[in-house]
Amino acid sequence: MLHVVACIKQVPDTKVAKLNPKTNTIDRASAPAILNPYDTHAVEEAVRLKKRYGGTVTVLTMGPPPAVKAIRRCVEIGADEGYMISDRAFAGADTLATSYALTKALHKISQIRPIDLIICGKMTIDGDTGQVGPGIARRLDIPPLTSVNKVVEIDKEGGSAVVHRKLEDGYEVVKSTLPCLLTVEKEINEVPYSPMPNLIKAARYQPTIWAVSDLEDVDRTQLGLKGSPTIVGSVWAPPKPQGGEILQGPVNSQVDQLMDILLQKKELFAVKGGAS
Amino acid sequence: MNIAEYSGVWVFIEVKDGKIVPVSLELLGAGKRLAEKRGVELSGILVGYGVKPLANTAFEYGADAVYVYDDPIFKLYRTETYMRAIIECTNRHKPEIILYGATSTGKDLASAAATDLATGLTADTTILDIDADTGLLQASRPAFGGNIMATILCKKHRPQMATVRPKIMKAMNPIPGRKGEIIEEKISIREEDVRTKVLEIVKSATKQVRIDEADIIVAGGKGLGDAKGFGLIHDFAETIGATVGASRDAVEAGWIEHHHQVGQTGVTVTPKIYFAIGISGAIQHLVGMQNSGLIIAINKDPDAPIFNSCHYGIVGDAFEIVPMLIEQFKRVLTAEEVKNA
Ligand SMILES: Cc1cc2nc3c(=O)[nH]c(=O)nc-3n(C[C@H](O)[C@H](O)[C@H](O)COP(=O)(O)OP(=O)(O)OC[C@H]3O[C@@H](n4cnc5c(N)ncnc54)[C@H](O)[C@@H]3O)c2cc1C
Repeated sequence: MLHVVACIKQVPDTKVAKLNPKTNTIDRASAPAILNPYDTHAVEEAVRLKKRYGGTVTVLTMGPPPAVKAIRRCVEIGADEGYMISDRAFAGADTLATSYALTKALHKISQIRPIDLIICGKMTIDGDTGQVGPGIARRLDIPPLTSVNKVVEIDKEGGSAVVHRKLEDGYEVVKSTLPCLLTVEKEINEVPYSPMPNLIKAARYQPTIWAVSDLEDVDRTQLGLKGSPTIVGSVWAPPKPQGGEILQGPVNSQVDQLMDILLQKKELFAVKGGAS
Repeated sequence: MNIAEYSGVWVFIEVKDGKIVPVSLELLGAGKRLAEKRGVELSGILVGYGVKPLANTAFEYGADAVYVYDDPIFKLYRTETYMRAIIECTNRHKPEIILYGATSTGKDLASAAATDLATGLTADTTILDIDADTGLLQASRPAFGGNIMATILCKKHRPQMATVRPKIMKAMNPIPGRKGEIIEEKISIREEDVRTKVLEIVKSATKQVRIDEADIIVAGGKGLGDAKGFGLIHDFAETIGATVGASRDAVEAGWIEHHHQVGQTGVTVTPKIYFAIGISGAIQHLVGMQNSGLIIAINKDPDAPIFNSCHYGIVGDAFEIVPMLIEQFKRVLTAEEVKNA
């Protein structure tokens, strides 16, 4: 029986997010909150491992109260249990402070049920860093395996996992001891439509919610803004590029003009069939 | 932490298949500019097996010194072992700044090391600057899906660390024979104590197209309408010997595979010529191609933002213009062939 924990986050859908031109901040009201797309694959992979080996899938998130919705989405995918840590003290956390807080929650979850495997999405679409997963692994002192695009085997008795890590030009097969932490690529799986019983369960699902005071051994100076070594110094709109020359005249002439420009770099263009 | 104890700019020198990866050379260039402004040395940190001779390349590209960890334990990259080298070396020599390429290895390594060093790490930086007096690194990066730029600071912790996107910074022109100091470091890690083993490395059988290595890219977007329409991009690319690129929307529509995607969540490219055809020019696309040598845009909407970022633009229907270009090129290139025969 495996206990797999997926760490997930609710994010504004940056695809549709609008920028407030006055403050240069994301107008959060303009963007629906969704489960971070990469995390859907993390949860799906956990659910698949449960189907293969039996066990429990737990999800964990840190966020404000509305983030419960993201946990419900995970239950739709097939998660059994959800935990959320929510407290003003967590606000403003960068990746270092986030991995600290999540690690404290993972300690507590592992007292309830020992953890065999942790899975995170490759990155979030609002933070875009991919740093939290490896950060958690370091804090728990378990091996981080990033860019995983296939889980070959989890052998709980033998205490090992074999996965594929994506490389720029292929992949590597890595064996690790358990527990370990994976961050997964989107291509690792496809998330199917959720079955009706999951949807029904999810609609009413209430996760366990912990505040800082519910966690043990917490050094408050390592939480939230206070515990974050990085700060956002400034935000600014990217400079508007100057723009080039729009060719004029009838279409034929425009194409001719363009050919003249391009043929100044004639040596770049391959002569078909080879110039032998 | 006494931040005044920390000094110098470091670059993690990533090695792949026995060679320094291009982004590390770019970072030596970027690191050099920071080091000069601050009046400090630029050092490389080189980890691997049989890698010591590569220190000379680092010197030619601007490093004043290179810390070398050359040991069989480092033959293949593993977070656990490489991280130990970075952490030990950092604690011993206390650099003010460490830069890593934002490659999968660089990001993996930097994320793990930052946690143990309990310091700040900025991801996917595209602009670097430094305050000459305080040494404060200003690492700017696209944020919120590229809608805005954010400048990230790490005021109270050292070293300040950043991963930097490939193909953005400029490498120095190498100075052949330029010398520097090699500092050999030792670390004792026993293989039995390492919890991860690389069992096998599998290279893709079909050599995947590397669009970042192309001289000419013909990129198509959602404006091509459907997979069949996108065929026009393939035809044009084939005619002129170019590589095919794509916007994210074209990739998400399933017209072409992800490794052809240009932009923030795809690849950054700097070809000599870039054709953007039926691509609107969203900021997330622009960040991936705006440093190309010559940018040609073809779009039927005269207000498409791509026209602000191209060198030459044609307002018109791709299905009318591109076939004309193909015709013309065919004529020119066959004439050339006849001439060369
Ligand atoms: C977090 C995040 C990351 C992203 N990363 C990337 C990324 O890496 N790369 C990327 O490209 N995008 C990325 N995007 C998406 C980006 O915001 C745009 O949605 C995308 O680039 C638009 O693709 P497009 O230009 O092909 O499509 P559209 O914006 O739909 O543009 C199609 C264009 O085709 C033109 N057109 C239509 N018909 C014709 C015709 N017959 N002839 C000529 N022109 C025609 C239209 O005028 C229009 O300008 C990202 C977005 C987010 C939020």
